[in-house]
Amino acid sequence: MSAGNNWIALTTIWIKECTRFLRIWIQTLVPPAITMSLYFVIFGNLIGERIGQMGGFTYMEFIVPGLIMMSVITNSYANVSSSFFSAKFQRNLEEMLVAPVPTWVIILGYVGGGVARAMLIGLIVTVVSMLFVDVHIHNLAIIVLTLLLTATLFATAGLVNGIFAKTFDDISLIPTFVLTPLTYLGGVFYSLTLLPEFWQWVSKANPIVYMVNGFRYGFLGVSDVNIGLAMGLLVLFNLALFAVAYTLLKRGTGIRA
Amino acid sequence: MQALTISGLTKTYRGSVHALKGVELTVQEGDFFALLGPNGAGKSTTIGIISSLVNQTSGDVKVFGYDLDKEKELAKSCIGLVPQEFNFNQFETVLQIVLNQAGYYGVPRNVAHERAEKYLSQLDLWEKRNARARELSGGMKRRLMIARALMHEPRMLILDEPTAGVDIEIRRSMWQFLQEINAQGITIILTTHYLEEAEMLCRNIAIIDKGLIVENTTMKALLSKLNIETFVLDLQGETADVSLSGFEYRLLDSSTLEVDVAKSDGLNPVFSQLTEQGIQVMSMRNKANRLEELFVSLVEAGRKESV
Repeated sequence: MSAGNNWIALTTIWIKECTRFLRIWIQTLVPPAITMSLYFVIFGNLIGERIGQMGGFTYMEFIVPGLIMMSVITNSYANVSSSFFSAKFQRNLEEMLVAPVPTWVIILGYVGGGVARAMLIGLIVTVVSMLFVDVHIHNLAIIVLTLLLTATLFATAGLVNGIFAKTFDDISLIPTFVLTPLTYLGGVFYSLTLLPEFWQWVSKANPIVYMVNGFRYGFLGVSDVNIGLAMGLLVLFNLALFAVAYTLLKRGTGIRA
Repeated sequence: MQALTISGLTKTYRGSVHALKGVELTVQEGDFFALLGPNGAGKSTTIGIISSLVNQTSGDVKVFGYDLDKEKELAKSCIGLVPQEFNFNQFETVLQIVLNQAGYYGVPRNVAHERAEKYLSQLDLWEKRNARARELSGGMKRRLMIARALMHEPRMLILDEPTAGVDIEIRRSMWQFLQEINAQGITIILTTHYLEEAEMLCRNIAIIDKGLIVENTTMKALLSKLNIETFVLDLQGETADVSLSGFEYRLLDSSTLEVDVAKSDGLNPVFSQLTEQGIQVMSMRNKANRLEELFVSLVEAGRKESV
């Protein structure tokens, strides 16, 4: 198809994806706002006051970037994995497969939908956090870049999960057993400097550490890791995962007999 | 021009199930073509490969001269698929479904809106455009899939059992619609279990069984192979006993007689014998099972050969 046709196909998939999560807003947009409010009240206000300072900031200020990032990660992932698997399960994915839509357009359309939901939720959680704390912005470009790269990465990961999934259970396994532990151990609630040296080293093998710290740097100007390295790794992870998703879809893994 | 050329097409599923064993098939542009076969014969696998939903193991498929492997996008643009099972998003509206499908083919939104109104109106769905797909009746869902498949104005429409579970009135209106679009030049390939449907609509026919084409000819040539036809005769009054020498016959009830007549014998001897017995025939119709008989005999013959 021509570039114009591809653009129409891409916007069609993207709008369809955005319409989907907006149609079920009560399931997609409200829960993160409620969950994060609870985190702010319990960890930030009640427990945070007893913890004191973390990395030179109040505990509430310290955890805000991590909590926004946590919402972005879980929602970008969940949006694409559930939407793609549902399309596969209901077989309406076939509408795209019979059409001359290039594989990269399908990927960008679905990932774009996941990123849109993640951005909207990032905004909602940021607004909620402003009810509890004055949000500093140290470097807006780093904030936006980290947010986009992270949302894209986890939306693509959700797509890969959706490609392989055979049952609805399969799309909840990775978030439960991989994403949640990695996020909690990714420095959302604590600075890596609190850990013994060995565990600091182990933590640096967790990719979410780089995302949380990159994002925190954008807000507070402090980070446990090198920001250049964090951005470089994020770009690298994105390219690698896009290649994986492209190869799987092109081959028809999980979608064509 | 040939709308579809299939050569040496094979498909082996995991577990070594050989669904297709070397299918050879040609469909001419503008044809109304029937692909028939018993369940599990390979019809849906063949259609799946043509429409890029199934990967072939080997063989070539060309759609209007475009190689499905080398010129996939051009080949896909020529095909509209109406699958056997409902495969649209049940939570989307009728209009969203057809507009999205047009979008996947790169049809601009304003053109897509015009076509949506045209095809949904022709298929009596325009009034339902804002209804969610799950709220539609079975017949409406079938027609929605036809409208969806036409949104990019394909040169060839493939329908996999389009009238399954549809009442006779809607089925007839769908037949009429398909005949109209075929008259406009769209090549149609149809699979169906209603053999009278194939007989009524299609000019050419292929029968597939156990992954091989066992017959590929014109409907006329196929039907001419049939030597015996069955007629249903409505008799006047109540008749307790009928005797027809030289014919197989069955008295279905006191006023309905079913007679098998060889083409070489003709119908005159039947009427003569009935008149001699004082039985009057009020009306007569051909029992619409001609293709069904042929279908069964061809499939059975193929199976005996392969034993």
